[in-house]
Amino acid sequence: MKTAKKDKVKFVWTPKKAATAFSAYMIGLFFIYPYINMLLTSLKPNEELYAFPMKRLPQSWQFDNYLEVWSVAPIGNFLRASVIVSICATLLVLVVSVPAAYYVARNRFRGRSAFLLLVLATQMFSPTALIIGIFREVKFFGLLDTWAALIIVNAGFNLAFAVWLLSGFFASVPVEIEEAAMVDGCTRFQSLRRVVLPVTLPGLVTAVIFTFVSTWNEFTVALTVISSPTRQPISTGITTFIGQYDVAWEYLFTTTAIAIVPVVILFISIEKYLVGGLTAGSVK
Amino acid sequence: MTATGIAEKKVKNRRPANSTLSALPWIGPSLLLILLVVVWPAIELIRISLTKITSAGVLEGFFGLGNYRLLFENPDLKTIAVRTLIWVFAVVSITVALSLPLAQLINQNFPGRKFVRWAMIVPWAASVVMTSIIWKWILELTSGELNLTLQQLGLQDGQPVDWLRDPRYSFFVLVWVAVFVSIPFTTFVILAGLQSIPNDIVEASQVDGAGPWQIYRRIKFPLLRNALLIATIINLINVFNSFPIIWALTRGGPGYDTDTMITFAYKMAFVEYNMGPSTALGVINFAFIMLIVLIYLRVTKATRDQA
Repeated sequence: MKTAKKDKVKFVWTPKKAATAFSAYMIGLFFIYPYINMLLTSLKPNEELYAFPMKRLPQSWQFDNYLEVWSVAPIGNFLRASVIVSICATLLVLVVSVPAAYYVARNRFRGRSAFLLLVLATQMFSPTALIIGIFREVKFFGLLDTWAALIIVNAGFNLAFAVWLLSGFFASVPVEIEEAAMVDGCTRFQSLRRVVLPVTLPGLVTAVIFTFVSTWNEFTVALTVISSPTRQPISTGITTFIGQYDVAWEYLFTTTAIAIVPVVILFISIEKYLVGGLTAGSVK
Repeated sequence: MTATGIAEKKVKNRRPANSTLSALPWIGPSLLLILLVVVWPAIELIRISLTKITSAGVLEGFFGLGNYRLLFENPDLKTIAVRTLIWVFAVVSITVALSLPLAQLINQNFPGRKFVRWAMIVPWAASVVMTSIIWKWILELTSGELNLTLQQLGLQDGQPVDWLRDPRYSFFVLVWVAVFVSIPFTTFVILAGLQSIPNDIVEASQVDGAGPWQIYRRIKFPLLRNALLIATIINLINVFNSFPIIWALTRGGPGYDTDTMITFAYKMAFVEYNMGPSTALGVINFAFIMLIVLIYLRVTKATRDQA
């Protein structure tokens, strides 16, 4: 870490370093290129989409697309569904994972490794392979076409990430500090709030954002469980722009831009902890 | 996560093991959620696969392996199974092969490195369906940027290529999009592996006169083994499970030409209402994933035991 900082201060351009930097910029550009294409297309008027020869930049910037799209398709409904489902799934994950992670980090008990093994195994499963079973179970509980079904299923499949990440954070707070705080007159709750929470806050934020974003992006369960157009979240709702023969690309892309940009920013903010949480700490 | 290991070892030494019962209030809700969302559907899937079921989903009693027989009588199954293996192998191997140099690149020091890393996270964070739809637009027959660019460069004369519907290309296009969305995660896992290599090892070998390629080949690459293994296993599962890319781009079509076992099972169940064989295929898919999960649990066991 120290040397990295030193290098940064003394960075000198050499042809080799310039080549490295240039290729890295090209790679970065390559990975965001489709999304730049999306943003540019979302700002074009319809007739420019099929213009020949093609112009990459809009000739007349159609910022109105972002206002008109709300009346073209019920994207207000889609977004509301996504926001409600994602927030509820996130809250459910927090309520369920925090006690488990805290207990697992602080105590040995019979069945601890079995529990951790089960959690890890669920992280590896995605709803896709189990979709027929999920569909039948949701039907059994009479929850077809409800947000409740999406909330519970998404919470279940994102639980593992939160448990693994948070137990690592809880365990990194030495018991001694917690005990010292209590000796100094803090109650158990106060020590949790003043000592443990500040240290684990990055973990909590990461768990919250991760669950929110993956629920927001979830497609297969929403496609299978939700049938009413008015209850679709944005991930399946956008497919309504794709008709049999005709696609309203400019409006489709204003919608995907609205759906993608905020979660990308959220996701980037938790970059540091992502790999650790997803590989159960076996790499980082 | 080394701090984790140390802190936990202290707990181990000090406190006697608690009973499972006293843990229940704390881990109970998690257990319940896992049982409801993962275990129940898995058991239900297996149960239905052994039951006669109508297209409307009505159960008509024990059917033995009848659904499996129906599935194996399907003439398309063999091609789809082979394609699934090719799909998983191609996507995962190309992804890992490209991610290795990419991780090495974004581990270098250069101004703006942070922004390049951020850019590489975008396909990971964005919805896979939406990314696939954007690629669909880029690959459109007449107005897609790829064909128009090829024409502008004079690389394509005459008929433009119908990337998504021409059976010669459609499968490769799917592989391409799957690689595109898999690279970011893989690269970041390998990057984490690179960052965990202690600097003094590298510096010591520099002192000993090792060149950059030698250092990578003889020191860094062997130390990346764990990261590579984990990235490969997680990718195997993700790519096998990959549904949105295929569904958004080709729906497995034309016909069953781009279906994998996952999309085929979905298509049978929810498009063709051919429930019986689709549950049998669902169980086979589940078993395949279970196998990889067991390998994963084995591989990560060493690290878990430290924790």
